Amino acid sequence: MSDYVRQNIIDFAYLIAVMGFVLSLKWMTNAATARRGIFAGEIGFAIAIIATLFDPAITSTGWFLIIIALALGTLIGIPLGLRVPMTAMPERIALSHAFGALAAGLVGLGHYFLNYHHIGKFVIAVLGIEITLGCLVFTGSLMASGKLHEMLPQRPIVFRGQNYVNFSVLGVAIIIIVALMFNPSQVWLVPVLVVLGLLFGVLLIVPIGGADMPTVIALLNSYAGLSASALGFVLGNKLLIVAGALDGTSGLILAIIMCRAMNRSFRNVLFGAFGQLDESVAEGGEAGNVRSASTDEAAEIMKTARSVVIVPGYGMAVAQAQHKVRELADALEKEGVEVRYAIHPVAGRMPGHMNVLLAEANVSYEKLLDMDEINSDFPQVDVVLVLGANDVVNPAARHEKSSPIYGMPILNVDQAQCVMVVKRSMRAGFAGIENELFFNPKTLMVFGDAKAVVSELSIEVSGQRDAISL
Amino acid sequence: MSANVIISSLFVFALAGFVGFELIRKVPKLLHTPLMALTNALSAISLVGSLVILGESTELYARILGFVAVVASTINVVGGFLITDKMLRMFRRTPARPVAGAKEAKS
Repeated sequence: MSDYVRQNIIDFAYLIAVMGFVLSLKWMTNAATARRGIFAGEIGFAIAIIATLFDPAITSTGWFLIIIALALGTLIGIPLGLRVPMTAMPERIALSHAFGALAAGLVGLGHYFLNYHHIGKFVIAVLGIEITLGCLVFTGSLMASGKLHEMLPQRPIVFRGQNYVNFSVLGVAIIIIVALMFNPSQVWLVPVLVVLGLLFGVLLIVPIGGADMPTVIALLNSYAGLSASALGFVLGNKLLIVAGALDGTSGLILAIIMCRAMNRSFRNVLFGAFGQLDESVAEGGEAGNVRSASTDEAAEIMKTARSVVIVPGYGMAVAQAQHKVRELADALEKEGVEVRYAIHPVAGRMPGHMNVLLAEANVSYEKLLDMDEINSDFPQVDVVLVLGANDVVNPAARHEKSSPIYGMPILNVDQAQCVMVVKRSMRAGFAGIENELFFNPKTLMVFGDAKAVVSELSIEVSGQRDAISL
Repeated sequence: MSANVIISSLFVFALAGFVGFELIRKVPKLLHTPLMALTNALSAISLVGSLVILGESTELYARILGFVAVVASTINVVGGFLITDKMLRMFRRTPARPVAGAKEAKS
């Protein structure tokens, strides 16, 4: 077989692989077909890898090294994918991003050093962008993963002139890329670009607090896709261009959805250092009477309700309470109570975080309702149980113009007949603001660890406690 | 790279972007985490580029770069697909619906 024919066959196989990727996303639009979607993606990937191995230029030593590297990567990847608790999903996906970005950056570097003496202006510019993006996503994802894992402080770290520093780093990177366009053989500039990219990734994540992580992880996802696309331009490989473009738009759309759900702009998320500006407001919050209830009182009220809505937040993930929540819901349903879940788009640390956790606990996804679906129902709901959520149920977002969360769409839980808030203490939420919901006369505070409280509640509701005491 | 190739690549990029936009917009919020895991796996497509660098080059430094890149992107692909599958297996199990129906029938 001539090399020309081989190359055409490889390109044709790439076309099939791309179709697999598109179908994969297509099937992902529906929970019933989503698993088929992964299958299509996997087939596409397998075709792409096998086809690439038919490249006539691969040497026999190359073959040997490829097999070892693939085996090694698979060996590390399997435990990474299988041994992961659902609560650790955001940091694991961020870590996975870091690996992919590292690879993209290294391939770009390798391509540059092998070919810099005969490379066009356009390609060198794209290559520069690709290397910068790869490095940025690498350190950025590691930082994000570390913050989510709480190895690094979750609070945003800010310093004076932070944005100026960030923009100068970015500016220098752009100048270097332009310089390389006109003089590609200035080899020493490339390591500088690498360092700047790595540094920018760190600087980008440092001022971002835990609650903004969903947006940032989605953005990193988008950048990873763009760097794959850029690599496609450099190597003249349309498979990379398409897969990267699909990934890039996906991350971008998710980031936009997250931002909208918080009524904030990208600029504000990335450079606003949320939670830092609000201290003055926090002090101004009105203090009032707080009514608290014990778990048996709360259970009594829930048992007599017709309709209960559970509002989960990051606190549920931290306490790993999702299974206990499911038990409580089962006990309530046995008493004839209708139980549903209200999911705010930014609840948790990544898009759709709560849905995954509750799915793990075997909650049917038909009971997980989006904010838009449930909000008009709240006046007919007897009891709302707020579990580890805070800012997303703060009514101040509707009317308190001075509040930093003003304008953010929230779950209107205060319209329900009774609101129960499970909380460790009266500490303020992530944004550092008082939640006036807690002072609402309809609100009952149930103090304690989310998991402990919920399991107490389910014991009370199912009446097991009585059986034992008899 | 000739201008021709650049233009046709830009065509592909723009059209793929539109396809991605239209498809992703329709993904329900429920599936956003699995979607991220899936696109994470897809973004490791740079594996294809790493394979070429590792397989074709004879220079030591390029082989080292290529080797690390192949290992890293394989971790990303394998881990990404496994994570997605693990999550979606949970979504598939929806016992609540038939159970709820049965209860109504009884009462």
